[in-house]
Amino acid sequence: MRSQGSGFRRGCPPLPLGPGSVYIPLVNSPDTDATFTVTVNGRQHTVTTEAQRSLLDWLREDLGLTGPKYGCGEGQCGACTVLVDGRREHACLLPAAGAAGKSVTTIEGLGNGDQLHPVQEAFLAEGAMQCGFCTPGMILAAVALLNEKPQPTEAEVVAWMDAHICRCCGYPRILNAVRRAVAEAER
Amino acid sequence: MTKQARREADAEMPVGEFADSVEFTFAMDRRRFVQVLGAGLMIAVGPGAALAQERNGGRGGRGAGAAPAAARIHFGEDGRVTVLSGKIEMGQGARTELTQAAAEELRVPVDQVRMILGDTGLAPDDGLTAGSRTTPSTVPAVRQGAAAARELLVDLAAKQWGVPPGSLEVRDGWITENAGGRSLTYADLARGGEVAAAFAQSVPRDIALTPVARWRVMGTSVPRVDRRDLVAGRHQYPSDRTRPGMLYGKILRPPSYGARLLAVDLGPARAMAGVVAVQDGSLVGVAAPTTRRAVEALRAVSATAQWEVRAHPSSREVPGLLRRNAQGGVPPNPFADELARAPKRLRATYHVAYVQHAPMETRSALAEWDQGRLTVWTGTQNPFGYHRELARAFRLSDDAVRVIVPDFGGGFGGKHTGECAIEAARLAQAAGRPVLVRWTREEEFTWAYFRPAAVIDAEATLDADNRLTSWHFINLNSGGSALETPYRAGRTHARFVRSDAPLRQGSYRVLAATANNFARESFMDELAAAAGVDPLDFRLAHLDEPRLRAVLETAANRFRWKQRVTERRDNLGVGLACGTEKGSVVAACAEVLVDAARDRIVVRRVCQVFECGAVVNPDNLVAQIQSCLIMGLGPALREEMRFAGGVMRNAAFSRYHVPRLSDVPELDLHVLDRPDLPSAGAGETPLIAIAPAIANAVFQATGRRIREMPIRLRAAQPE
Repeated sequence: MRSQGSGFRRGCPPLPLGPGSVYIPLVNSPDTDATFTVTVNGRQHTVTTEAQRSLLDWLREDLGLTGPKYGCGEGQCGACTVLVDGRREHACLLPAAGAAGKSVTTIEGLGNGDQLHPVQEAFLAEGAMQCGFCTPGMILAAVALLNEKPQPTEAEVVAWMDAHICRCCGYPRILNAVRRAVAEAER
Repeated sequence: MTKQARREADAEMPVGEFADSVEFTFAMDRRRFVQVLGAGLMIAVGPGAALAQERNGGRGGRGAGAAPAAARIHFGEDGRVTVLSGKIEMGQGARTELTQAAAEELRVPVDQVRMILGDTGLAPDDGLTAGSRTTPSTVPAVRQGAAAARELLVDLAAKQWGVPPGSLEVRDGWITENAGGRSLTYADLARGGEVAAAFAQSVPRDIALTPVARWRVMGTSVPRVDRRDLVAGRHQYPSDRTRPGMLYGKILRPPSYGARLLAVDLGPARAMAGVVAVQDGSLVGVAAPTTRRAVEALRAVSATAQWEVRAHPSSREVPGLLRRNAQGGVPPNPFADELARAPKRLRATYHVAYVQHAPMETRSALAEWDQGRLTVWTGTQNPFGYHRELARAFRLSDDAVRVIVPDFGGGFGGKHTGECAIEAARLAQAAGRPVLVRWTREEEFTWAYFRPAAVIDAEATLDADNRLTSWHFINLNSGGSALETPYRAGRTHARFVRSDAPLRQGSYRVLAATANNFARESFMDELAAAAGVDPLDFRLAHLDEPRLRAVLETAANRFRWKQRVTERRDNLGVGLACGTEKGSVVAACAEVLVDAARDRIVVRRVCQVFECGAVVNPDNLVAQIQSCLIMGLGPALREEMRFAGGVMRNAAFSRYHVPRLSDVPELDLHVLDRPDLPSAGAGETPLIAIAPAIANAVFQATGRRIREMPIRLRAAQPE
């Protein structure tokens, strides 16, 4: 997507994580319950669930928020992306307990009622979706980018969005949508 | 797979499409329509004359398709028009395109039409959604049905008003009589009592379709009809579905290919709160109230399992294996006389690795039993095939099964077989509650069927004027799509030969056309080099097909091929390739940067020209061309399943590198619109030119001919 083009990497770096994330490695043994509070899409929840249960499973299975998707379980595809205190995180790698005391935003909570967020509008305007399975993660990633760097360069956009896979390979339009969102934000 | 099972699977799949099924070894409802659609009028139209149109669709147009589809259209008393189709939506745009088709012929606004897709309890059997058949087969069927329905309703209105039907006009959903100033809607007619009697007669089939020149909705870039739900995260994919009391299921997988379960103890899993564990022949699984609990239960089961493992070849042995196991042996070149007398002869062998589809949404199915009747929500390109598989597996009558396919997260030819649905149904049966089974990414990479690996032998002769005089082309294992050469090549012999494959195989976007085109277009370049002729000139000298010539010449012009092929720049190369499949034609020119020190091939620019007849939705067409081309970069440069000791070594996105945003080259995509030709599907063929164009560009840059996909400067590292 830049004039130089690019080859395939030998290894994909994991998606850069926001500073301040509390990562508790998910271990493969039965664990004990943890009780904590977390705010999701503006609503506070007091939760008791397994300390090692992923934020993704908890959001999807207990809260019925299915906007964040399972795609790989290893932080490679970005389908599970949510915002934690405004930064993007992999809900598949982060234990629900890791979001204790924080504020989580999923795609369902991004807009304001029926009114879409400007980044959602940008994706709509560019027709930047095919099967749409990666779309919530792509949109939240773009929101997080704008939170962090309100005026990203083209190279910064590409590097940032490179952490997300679209298997329909609708990348040209996804890039156009992020460019549009950046332009709108600058206005 | 046994021969019997393969025969049955072959009988199930349309020509070309195929998938090895998994063997499991365990022991139209009127009310439903009213429930779903509300009161109104249902019109069903049989396959009609419109289908004759697509038979002129050019070479390669036959193949995977359903029997000509029927159309079912419901006119609701609330004014909504619902079209029912057995096709499915997985990102390719079928929902929008079929909506356009119905809106065009019914003369109603797009937002008045609703599509119900892939529900075997409601929709007619349109076969698989595969082989680029929705555009040339289902769109005409829906148009024919819609046009027939429109004419009938107009006749009815004319009768009511006592005027000739020719005096009425239909526009924006209104039937209007200009002279009398009267008008009514389809919904008004659907409410009328005499409608039922009118439709007791058979629906005429020979209604003329709206000609391309008068299209108002087709031929325009109608945006994806469900776009708001997608960006809002509201759409419920199969893996998002829930039912009251639903459990999450997990299946015990063997530790390696071919391993046989000797013993397993379900006791520890069953001791866990809320866990159901099942063993039924070869299927062992658990279901639990959360995924987390199900994973723990599966781990407990797995810890007790004893397996007998079997030897399994490594991926490095695949080419030799496919050749040794070729059924009936590898056919020899029948043109020995040409080989003996031709001034120039050339022979080469090409390899294509196994790859996975890796759709974003892994295989998922939610199964629910209700008094012996089974309903499954799942992502599949083959709803009616799943329906039959489920009925067979559980010995159910046809009407006791219903498969519902919500729009799902990608297929690419990979979701033809129903094992995930059967797994969910078996667990749900044991649990007495609905169960959702969602495969992990690792399962998807390991246990879903693969695009077959290929070994392709090519041999050809040239006369003194550098004209092809004979052509011998053998595909071992991967398939017969685009097997025949589109070039004038003298005497030709092209064969697809099955082999005994080490992995489970099946369809993939555009099937074996990618492998066959990679070999043929690479070999044409090798022949051009042997002849000392420019690769473009060499192709054109052997190419009669005007549509293929047109895309090739257009791509070459836009890319300034003639000029750029003479420019020598360090480590930069240009290459071109073309091909035809499924009624459409494509050509690509690529510029690559070869970085030998870092063992990297960087695709910098691609010009691709595509033509698929009359364009139904220009915007979606460009999206599909982009999608195919970029997806094709993966198997061209990096994607390859590596296995050894019966274990997949790279069953993860961190080890199997699919294209990402930074891999996308500068693109110049161009569509040749041919409103005079029937519309062909476009979701596959734009994939077939990129890999050989890259290989040819690498050759132009380095003088090295790489005859493998993925195209690598260095041979693969041993496992």
